[in-house]
Amino acid sequence: MQLISNAPTGPIENSWDTHKFNLKLINPANKRKYNIIVVGSGLAGGAAAASLGELGYNVQCFCYQDSPRRAHSIAAQGGINAAKNYHNDGDSIYRLFYDTVKGGDFRAREANVYRLAQVSVNIIDQCVAQGVPFAREYGGLLDNRSFGGAQVSRTFYARGQTGQQLLLGAYQALERQIGLGSVKMYPRMDMLDLIVVDGHARGIVTRSLYDGKIEVHIADAVILATGGYGNVFYLSTNAKGCNATAIWRAYKRGALFANPCFTQIHPTCIPVAGEYQSKLTLMSESLRNDGRIWVPKKAGDKRAPGSIPENERDYYLERRYPSFGNLVPRDIASRAAKAECDAGRGVGETGLGVYLDLSEAIQRLGKNKIAERYGNLIEMYERITGEDPYKVPMRIYPASHYTMGGLWVDYNLMSTIPGLFVLGEANFSDHGANRLGASALMQGLADGYFIIPYTIGDYLANAKPSKVSADDPAAKQAVANSTTITNKLLNGTGNRTVDSFHRELGKIVWDNCGMARNEAGLKKALSQIPALREKFWKNVRVLGTNEEFNQSLERAGRVADFFELAELMCLDALDRKESCGGHFREEYQTPEGEALRDDNNYSYVAAWEFQGEGRSPALTKEPLTFNYVHPSQRSYK
Amino acid sequence: MKLILHVWRQKNPQDKGGMVRYDAPNVNEHMSFLEMLDVLNESLIEKGEDPIAFDHDCREGICGMCGMMINGKAHGGFKGTTVCQLHMRHFKDGDEIYLEPWRAKAFPVIKDLAVNRASFDRIIAAGGFISVPTGSAPDGNTIPVKKQDADLAMDAAACIGCGACVAACPNAAAALFVGAKISHLGHLPQGQVERDRRALAMVQQMNIEGFANCTNIGECEAACPKDIKLEVIARTNRDYIKASITERPETTTASAG
Repeated sequence: MQLISNAPTGPIENSWDTHKFNLKLINPANKRKYNIIVVGSGLAGGAAAASLGELGYNVQCFCYQDSPRRAHSIAAQGGINAAKNYHNDGDSIYRLFYDTVKGGDFRAREANVYRLAQVSVNIIDQCVAQGVPFAREYGGLLDNRSFGGAQVSRTFYARGQTGQQLLLGAYQALERQIGLGSVKMYPRMDMLDLIVVDGHARGIVTRSLYDGKIEVHIADAVILATGGYGNVFYLSTNAKGCNATAIWRAYKRGALFANPCFTQIHPTCIPVAGEYQSKLTLMSESLRNDGRIWVPKKAGDKRAPGSIPENERDYYLERRYPSFGNLVPRDIASRAAKAECDAGRGVGETGLGVYLDLSEAIQRLGKNKIAERYGNLIEMYERITGEDPYKVPMRIYPASHYTMGGLWVDYNLMSTIPGLFVLGEANFSDHGANRLGASALMQGLADGYFIIPYTIGDYLANAKPSKVSADDPAAKQAVANSTTITNKLLNGTGNRTVDSFHRELGKIVWDNCGMARNEAGLKKALSQIPALREKFWKNVRVLGTNEEFNQSLERAGRVADFFELAELMCLDALDRKESCGGHFREEYQTPEGEALRDDNNYSYVAAWEFQGEGRSPALTKEPLTFNYVHPSQRSYK
Repeated sequence: MKLILHVWRQKNPQDKGGMVRYDAPNVNEHMSFLEMLDVLNESLIEKGEDPIAFDHDCREGICGMCGMMINGKAHGGFKGTTVCQLHMRHFKDGDEIYLEPWRAKAFPVIKDLAVNRASFDRIIAAGGFISVPTGSAPDGNTIPVKKQDADLAMDAAACIGCGACVAACPNAAAALFVGAKISHLGHLPQGQVERDRRALAMVQQMNIEGFANCTNIGECEAACPKDIKLEVIARTNRDYIKASITERPETTTASAG
């Protein structure tokens, strides 16, 4: 397999404009003859479905939730980056591009990142026009704040609910199209397989979560915008329903999976409280703007935080990274927290936590200002932990949050299967080995509003898809495949619940392929995961039938896919013998404990190709070249 | 702590349904309410009994997917709290808890505690938006917005569409939900052009869906996990009355040329 990125060459400032001009167009009267399937209704999927509907395509949009408004983009708190330079503080498209490539530890494609920075400014305009109630200053203009990994204020926000407001903007645009009849919405549907006819993506197989009905949907192109695979860890900040089934089954149909080991562990989450814990809650890292992170200097210090005098506290981020301080990028902040806890200086009952202390900011700015900025986060924290952050420092610990890896796509966001496009977190494209804060919302909306509407037309104009019927052998085979998996899950006679397996899998992945990885651990995981998977298929108990609202069955199918994906993650992590961004191999670090990249040997995208059940996947490399931002060791000191 | 749960079990929309008693013997005060149900469900599955179906997703109080009546109160009746954010420290050993789905004609039960809220989506599709095709927006700072207006818009936009307002309302009215969207968009300059049409279309759709009228009881405001204020309903009424008088039917004229 050869990977052709289709990234334009020539001056990067003009490359997207030139590329857009070279893309073929489809006559407005002809657009309605094309059917496009969009799976997922978050920022990427919702924005794509709405925009394509507006253009005149026939769109069918699918989501597993009961409404497209619930996609997990909604939970993003902190903000969305855009290179508006409204604050005259030296921001520019080039700087956002530079920060993103550097923040990603030089493992992203330059042309993609530049385009992302370029369209970031259009996103803000679009959202404002839709009625997204961004924070404003008294003069009525848009307010900004700074965010982890940046030295300029380029983050736009709507209190601590930016993701919610952006999603509602996209959702409302989508509902408008649904009302106009250009988009048909299918909520409570799982995509179970991709239908590939003559090498082209031509439809999907779905299962209705209401009544188990399996259906074939045929289209001229398929867009997956189904989010990331962070739930492979079981405990993560993802919603409980977030799953990798759509991208995984596309992988098994021939789409290459890129950089699966690039996962992001977010530094500021509420620590785990007990065995029954079902998910982790993020506290926006915008808190790091005003909160100072510290641990006691003495290991095992069990005094209450208020009784630890100033000179016995270690503000370790400010000490180790004086120029970025508490605003270092996520991967660095997470690893630093882990290092403190590993050294016995962690706080809270479990010792797996560090303090995030707002007291100095409250003194400086007053409680009202802090409440205005973070009120909802502080309330959420208090509700969960029973502690009041205005009085006691918050306790935080890193948790799985985002996955930079995903299906490989070219510059047009098309996967290795022609006609299969992948947007948002589900693809691998823009964040390299580490995503900067407030960039996920930006990428989701960039892909959905401003990129796919151009690139999909070019594909359709060139491919001229022929007619495919729902009775096509490929469709029948995909239905049979989906039914077989479902029946196998239902016919088991075991005694263990799906969740118990998922929890056990998550622990293996977290321990061996989490914040720090090493060869021995990864090899161990690679033997434990298949063994546990075998037990899963033998011992899992799924009650009820397919023909009903069966939440255990939904989960079982998703967990089955996580087992396979977990293995690929570990394999990729083992194969990448360097540290970069979120992928920290303990064998490869600088004397100060920072990630040590190996640009001579690993400056590539690792794309894995499915070779059949029980066979090792094949690795194809897309070399990365840097003509603008020259790889250097990332320094935030 | 030990709890006794009485849970509404209904196999499917056609089933009559009824309350079933369960013991929850090992409840930890730090668990969320849904984690308590997870643990109960795990034990049911191990015994070969059908687990209790309930909707949930983000478990951070923002997606609006979860929701049930706890002892007759939507989301349990704690201020500003969705059921996923309700923790067991609010209960004590030996408590008996009654769990029921949202009850409203416009929210048919799917199974047990899960209901179908597609009617909310159709209300938004009728008019809960600003028509702005992708790519046609002016610069974000072209139109300044008074901070107070942006804040009021944000207060209303915080609605998560969970349906607690409908479930709490003796009339099963959707006035708070509709008012939240009308207020959100109506407070912004961008939302003015379609303000009249929006009010007419959303209220009309609300009636078509089978939501009853608001009689100013105020249960919705008390139940809302996002503290949406009753004044949004007054705003709907003002917009609706004004629009009823000033809006003219759309005319179509031949314009080929």
